[in-house]
Amino acid sequence: MSTSTPTHPAGAPAASGSGASVGTIFGVLAIAVLLAAPFGVYPVFLMKVMCFALFACAFNLLLGYTGLLSFGHAMFFGGSAYVCAHTIKVMGFSPELGILAGVVFAAALGFLSGLLAIRRQGIYFAMVTLALAQMFFFFCLQAPFTGGEDGLQAVPRGALFGIIDLTKDINLYYLVLAIFVFGFLVIYRAIHSPFGQVLKAIRENEPRAISLGYRVNQYKLVAFVLSAALAGLAGATKVLVFQLASLTDVAWQMSGEVILMTLVGGMGTILGPIVGAAVIVTMQNYLAGLGEWVLVIQGVIFVLAVSLFRRGFVGEVIAIIQQFKAKKAD
Amino acid sequence: MFELLGIPPQALFGQLLLGLINGAFYAMLSLGLAVIFGLLNVINFTHGAQYMMGAFGAWMLLNYAGIPFWGALVLSPIIVAAIGMVIERTLLKRLYHLDHLYGLLLTFGLALILEGLFRRQYGSSGLPYNNPLPGGTNLGFMFLPNYRAFVVVASLVVCIATWYVIERTKLGSYLRAATERPDLVQAFGIDVPRMITLTYGFGVGLAALAGVLAAPAYQVSPTMGSNLIIVVFAVVVIGGMGSIMGAIVTGFGLGIVEGLTKVFYPEASSTVIFVIMAIVLMVKPAGLFGTAK
Repeated sequence: MSTSTPTHPAGAPAASGSGASVGTIFGVLAIAVLLAAPFGVYPVFLMKVMCFALFACAFNLLLGYTGLLSFGHAMFFGGSAYVCAHTIKVMGFSPELGILAGVVFAAALGFLSGLLAIRRQGIYFAMVTLALAQMFFFFCLQAPFTGGEDGLQAVPRGALFGIIDLTKDINLYYLVLAIFVFGFLVIYRAIHSPFGQVLKAIRENEPRAISLGYRVNQYKLVAFVLSAALAGLAGATKVLVFQLASLTDVAWQMSGEVILMTLVGGMGTILGPIVGAAVIVTMQNYLAGLGEWVLVIQGVIFVLAVSLFRRGFVGEVIAIIQQFKAKKAD
Repeated sequence: MFELLGIPPQALFGQLLLGLINGAFYAMLSLGLAVIFGLLNVINFTHGAQYMMGAFGAWMLLNYAGIPFWGALVLSPIIVAAIGMVIERTLLKRLYHLDHLYGLLLTFGLALILEGLFRRQYGSSGLPYNNPLPGGTNLGFMFLPNYRAFVVVASLVVCIATWYVIERTKLGSYLRAATERPDLVQAFGIDVPRMITLTYGFGVGLAALAGVLAAPAYQVSPTMGSNLIIVVFAVVVIGGMGSIMGAIVTGFGLGIVEGLTKVFYPEASSTVIFVIMAIVLMVKPAGLFGTAK
């Protein structure tokens, strides 16, 4: 992963002064739209999009900004979902504590699997994470508290801090929105910090980052744990929305889906994973009746994205804008 | 005669044989992956789907064309390999100048397409395929079904022949040279792009051959490949992809370990290979036969 620089699209984000203020305006507008959205669109659908958008953003922190392709992110998403569902349903945790328990579990799992996975690079890293996630899948299949094939169903949504009734979709919607914005800001902050710059340096040229004196493995591990924890946050939030944690959440297909979302939206861009998640979730909603064709269509999108538009939707738009600017400068 | 920890020898040797058969499939698949990776620098995620296509090829040849197992053993791998070479020429070829991860993602997409198509056509449950070598031999301490013995011997022969061709013949020396420096080999007047296509075809053919061999031993089902390929990835990580013999030895060895786990601690049989992978990563990150780079 360390040698081929031109494959990563957003090497040069528009960080000029005017770009930043445009970004702020855009962000405020987006939040205003999201605040008003549940009155126009089915809130459960929006919540699903936000959960997967957060999942994809967390994944993108690793692939797009550190250059590590994890093929096992379902284990953090689904593992956290199981812990959140179990603590709330069986142990009587409140929703906020259930989510916290899920996130802590995902971070711990991320730390352990990260320690193993970062010992190999590139293509091997992908295979190791896939194998570890499959091991976790078999563990969930056999463990007594996961409910086996049925999963954990009818998890009570409860009341946030004992006050806000989450059984109302609209209340839950604003909680999910808050969690999503929080997660997004954490990732944004991480990427635009000195820490994020080191991650990008590792992505572009790992040997050089080492020779500059950076402890590359520690940075990779921190990025891995952060990504796992945020993927866990997405998974735990999803449990509140659908009141369900099941084997689907930990299966390898889920790891594939989050890769697809990030790839379609544009890896290495801030907004790409959000766009990708919206596109894929919408597609799944419309195509739900087609059964096995969904798998085929997802495969076709994979092949098209890799063959024709590797930069993804957002990456292509950024490229067009930059081309336009370059022409204007001439 | 000898009761091992209260386990009857029939059960022990039965599971050992099953493990050996699984190991034969691991060896053939990881061998194909290693050969493809050596020359193309692509981890072929479609490998599992191509193994599944080999099995379905045998089933289709029997049910639609009336061609029995022995014919399918030759025809099905050739057909699947031809499809693979078309894929290499049209899709994979355009990604060689990019990061290796794009090859992985493309072949992952292809695997989804193939599995989805077969699931739509034939459902998720398995289709039966009749055993072409019924009966067996009583060895005294266990009963040896003829077909299972055939699978182990056939895959051993194929693996060793592959090793011989790559490590001991002139053709193999071109291949090894092209793995190191394709540009230099091309400068000597050897058609490297064609060699890459044929190598991919060969690796895919190996997967399909394993699929045909698996058809009578297991059921023919669209999901048989995706379940297997992840285990094979772990096998590849354990063995390292540097050595052909390493892939063969690791494949058979892990199959046997898995079989033994089924006897002594059945709960762990589905995870034992992943646990071994974790241990190997801690002790020798480059893999048992790999070279650190």
